[in-house]
Amino acid sequence: MSQIIHESPVASTIAAANAERAGALVGYLPVGFPSLDASVDAAVALVENGVDVLELGLPYSDPVMDGPVIQAATLASLQAGFRLTDAFTAVERIRARVDAPVLLMTYWNPVLQYGVDRFADDLAAAGGAGLITPDLTVDSGADWLAASDRTGLDRVFLAAPTSTDARLRLAVENSRGFVYTVSTMGITGARADLDAAARTLVARLREQGADSLAVGIGVSTAEQIAEILGYADGAIVGSALVKALADGGVAAVGRLAAELATGTGR
Amino acid sequence: MTDVSHSLRAEAGPFFGEFGGRFMPESLIAALDELDEAYQLAKLDPAFHQELAALGRTYTGRPSILTEVPRFGRHAGGARVILKREDLNHTGSHKINNVLGQALIARRIGKTRLIAETGAGQHGVATATAAALFGMECVVYMGEVDTERQALNVARMRLLGAEVIPVKSGTRTLKDALNEAFRDWVANVENTHYLLGTVAGPHPFPVMVRDFVKVIGEEARQQVLELTGALPDAVTACVGGGSNAIGIFHAFLDDTSVGLYGYEAAGLGADTEKHAATITKGRPGVLHGSRSIMLQDADGQTLDSHSISAGLDYPGVGPEHAWLASIGRANYRPITDDAAMQAFRLLCSTEGIIPAIESAHALAGTLELGRELGPDATILVSLSGRGDKDVETAGRYFDVLDEQGNAKV
Repeated sequence: MSQIIHESPVASTIAAANAERAGALVGYLPVGFPSLDASVDAAVALVENGVDVLELGLPYSDPVMDGPVIQAATLASLQAGFRLTDAFTAVERIRARVDAPVLLMTYWNPVLQYGVDRFADDLAAAGGAGLITPDLTVDSGADWLAASDRTGLDRVFLAAPTSTDARLRLAVENSRGFVYTVSTMGITGARADLDAAARTLVARLREQGADSLAVGIGVSTAEQIAEILGYADGAIVGSALVKALADGGVAAVGRLAAELATGTGR
Repeated sequence: MTDVSHSLRAEAGPFFGEFGGRFMPESLIAALDELDEAYQLAKLDPAFHQELAALGRTYTGRPSILTEVPRFGRHAGGARVILKREDLNHTGSHKINNVLGQALIARRIGKTRLIAETGAGQHGVATATAAALFGMECVVYMGEVDTERQALNVARMRLLGAEVIPVKSGTRTLKDALNEAFRDWVANVENTHYLLGTVAGPHPFPVMVRDFVKVIGEEARQQVLELTGALPDAVTACVGGGSNAIGIFHAFLDDTSVGLYGYEAAGLGADTEKHAATITKGRPGVLHGSRSIMLQDADGQTLDSHSISAGLDYPGVGPEHAWLASIGRANYRPITDDAAMQAFRLLCSTEGIIPAIESAHALAGTLELGRELGPDATILVSLSGRGDKDVETAGRYFDVLDEQGNAKV
């Protein structure tokens, strides 16, 4: 698998960040919040302020893995008229302005309804790097495994503290880009203390051969990022960025990204 | 119909045809595997079945009786109409059957906290009841809209010692209560069992819940044979997620002479935007952990459902129903709010039985079906719940109560 991982733009970006600094910063924002234009500007601002990999959330009506901050933002995007193809537009426009790889984070039903192959083709054509699938596991994802192999897109599966070793191996062997390491049992949202479970889970994933993994859920400060990058390859920040965007607009989310990036040794 | 050379009753998941499966966050997979394993072991354990059956006899009131309703039947084309009285169960609906089964499983795997979603409140009341009985902590998620239209059941749950959390996210109804329950479960899976209230959700819920409610049809099939000497021509039930319907259908799946009819909530009309007629108007997709049929827009966003009945106000349906519809074994038809309310009132006035508005959808369907099948037909109806909780809604609907819920003079 390592051969394929090194062909992934996301994996090579994360590897480069680890060579130059403590590791990579992955930043999440939803498409279409507070508007399509502003969400593109905000994503660009993240990269310009030190975010290495973008994770764009595709708004969905029933986001079971998301806490109140992201729920409110994605609901606002839907109410403002978000359509699925806006995600491809956003990826294309962001890629035209900055060089960072862009992953889409999406619940499975929108992909299923659009058509798994068609979705993969249109995402690749827009310059997207791949998908993070919070409610699709490897064992339920045969059609996505095939489509991502055909198009060369990355596929980021989640690993949880409760996963068995066999399931961790399944996630490691089938993820491309990185393995999304769920820091703690719970949904998205800032937490003061990161669970020691994250460190343990990273060690377990390493034993299964993971060479590119990023820790997410509950990460919101430069200190936490620095701590995570002591044992992981990347740190993922979501709700804190979304809150900054909601409260202070593009300028504020850019400032927060710059501050968070200090945690990577930038 | 497709090949039925094998028993349709033998389907045990995770898939029913192309429907079912497990589309869930990785964080919950271990809990679902643990649940599945515990359930498979319990199924093989005679002591488990004895304990569940004893609870049925001494707590729920099983077997529930049949009541023949000739005065109501006159309005159903003169058909012979027989009600399976799940409304007479302890807690007032069929929901208690599933709840006691799952609570026993939860106890076997050492969980001390039960969480549940509820629409009309019937499942929440049943779960709160089981939690009280087994000395467990209980949290019930209920859409804020539903806490208002089912205030009586909110009070019942609180009296039983449960914490009721009004869900303010999304459309603030049943589907959002499921989302919130899943979020709670992700965070608290170590000590918590999510006691899902219908035959939907990720494997093993659809098959496990089905197995706990199929006693309804097993009893009824035997009781109808004893009463009439023959199998019924048709079996009817309302369908939201579909637990009472699968409960009464399942025993009859291989009886090809018996027509199976599920009635979905058509709200203001299946051709309006205000309905919950999932199989009638929806298409395949993934919602709440399984592939089934759902109401959704072109982008796969779940559509808001509508029904006067909180318990049927759900934009999805269990995967086994999607499968039974796809192979033509069961028929699913829409019933409007108004048709359901007229049937509600008719059963009250002709038979002295106040049904749940959910169950009134099955009654309204039975009125239509009886007129189709004629006076020689025998129709078995799942009267899934009683209507005490709905008296205020019905009182306003029929102008017996004013807007404040006071009796009109």
